[in-house]
Parts: sequence; C-alpha cells; structure tokens
Amino acid sequence: MSGAMIAFFILGIITIGGALLMLSLRKVVHMVVALAFTFLSIAGLFVLLEAEFLAVAQALIYGGAVTIIMLFGIMLTQHDDRDESRRPLHKLLAGLVSALFFLGLIILINRVPWPNQAGEPLFMENTANIGKELFSKYVIPFELASILILVALVGAVILAKQDKESPAKKEGDKA
Amino acid sequence: MIPVSWYLGLAALLFCLGLYGALTKRNTVIVLICIELMLNATNINLVAFSKLGLYPDIAGQVFTVFSITVAAAEVAVGIAILLAFYRNRRTVNIDEANVLKR
Repeated sequence: MSGAMIAFFILGIITIGGALLMLSLRKVVHMVVALAFTFLSIAGLFVLLEAEFLAVAQALIYGGAVTIIMLFGIMLTQHDDRDESRRPLHKLLAGLVSALFFLGLIILINRVPWPNQAGEPLFMENTANIGKELFSKYVIPFELASILILVALVGAVILAKQDKESPAKKEGDKA
Repeated sequence: MIPVSWYLGLAALLFCLGLYGALTKRNTVIVLICIELMLNATNINLVAFSKLGLYPDIAGQVFTVFSITVAAAEVAVGIAILLAFYRNRRTVNIDEANVLKR
C-alpha cells in the first residue's frame, strides 16, 4: 500500500461521499456545498495524475466559479427550496437504470486488459506542455472555444436580462 | 502505482450517481449540478488515460481544458435560462417546464 494509493482512497471517498451527500440532503444550499467537496477532491485526483494545471483549473473553475454561480442561481430563485421527492416508482426506475449502467461499465472495465506500465514522468512541465499543444496543434479549437465563451456571455446576459415590455410586444419586435 | 481501472471505476461510480441525480431531482439547479458531476467523471477518465493509457500523451489534458471551458459556458447559460424561467413561471421545478408540450 503506497502513499499514492492511500491518497487515492481518501480522495475517492471524499468524491463519492460528497456526491452521495448531495443526493441525500434535502436543502438545496447544502447540496451545493456538498458538491464543492466533490469538485475539490477531483482536483486532488488530478494532482495524483500529475496534471497540476488542470488541478488548479478545476479548483478555480469548479470549486470556485461553478459553485458560486449555482449558489447565485439558488439565491435569486427559491433560496429556501427543499427538493421534494418524486414518486417512488420513478426513483426506483432511475436507480435501476443507473445501477445497470454502472454494472455494465464495471464489467467492461474489468474485461479490458489495461496496459500496466509504470508511466514515466512525461509531463515535468505540465503547464508549458499544455500551452505548447494548445497553441500549435489545437489553435482553431482554442479560438472556437473563445468564440463559444463570448457567445455564452452575450446569451446569458440577454436571457437573464429583465425585459420591461410585454411578451407580445417582444414577439412583434423580433418578427 | 495506481492501476488505470481504479480511476475508471471511480469515474463510472461518479457518473452513475450524477445520472441518478439528474433523473430524480426536481430542482433545476440540482439537475444542472448533476450534469456537471457527469462531465467531471468524464474529465477524470480523460486525465487518467492521458497519464496511464497505452500511449501517454498530453492531448488528454488539452481535451479536458476544452471540456471544462464548455462546461463553464453551459453552466452560465443554464443559470440564465433558469432565471428567465423563474421570472415567468415562479417555479424552479424542472417537471413544470412543459410549456412547449402544451
């Protein structure tokens, strides 16, 4: 049992525990806080996988931005909302589908002979390597991603904007 | 040295928990969060294969950068749609978002 395995187990337990807590808690704010633990321990898993840049990006974007924007979404709508459950049959069917999917995945994972090489320290300069790849091989996807972010920004502002005129008039303006 | 199948198993469990949540929860924010959970599980897979795959390559991490970017954009638009929906219908329950069905 090496140190990396112990770290993997601890991080995995926090990841799964946060997700299970999210599924079992009743108040939505508590659910989001439980999810923050999951996101942060996934960042820890990225460190274990020698992806330090992604670990920091995960902690900043998911642990910070996504969690906070979700809290904003909750606070601006029904902030004391409790997630009342659906019908038991619906829950049973959803659980059955998820469990069957999980079993299938596990069987598939066990059947494949994975390469068990001792991965050489490929990415000594992780961030520099990602930057080189990003600006040499993946320039066009990078630019497309920036356009996507711009479109998402404008779209989010337009969707969330409080419009004063009536819906009927707005339809007339669009036509 | 952690086998790659452990990472895959963890990611599969996380994905299925997210799937269960997305299918059963009614609050739209929670459904969005469950979708994020599923995306995160796939990110773990990408990074694990980037280090422990048959041909270790940094491309998996670059893919994850794009995946995180798209997920963040998706969350922003999703919350904006949720706010517009809440303003019009005064509810956040996703099963009441059925205007297009009627």
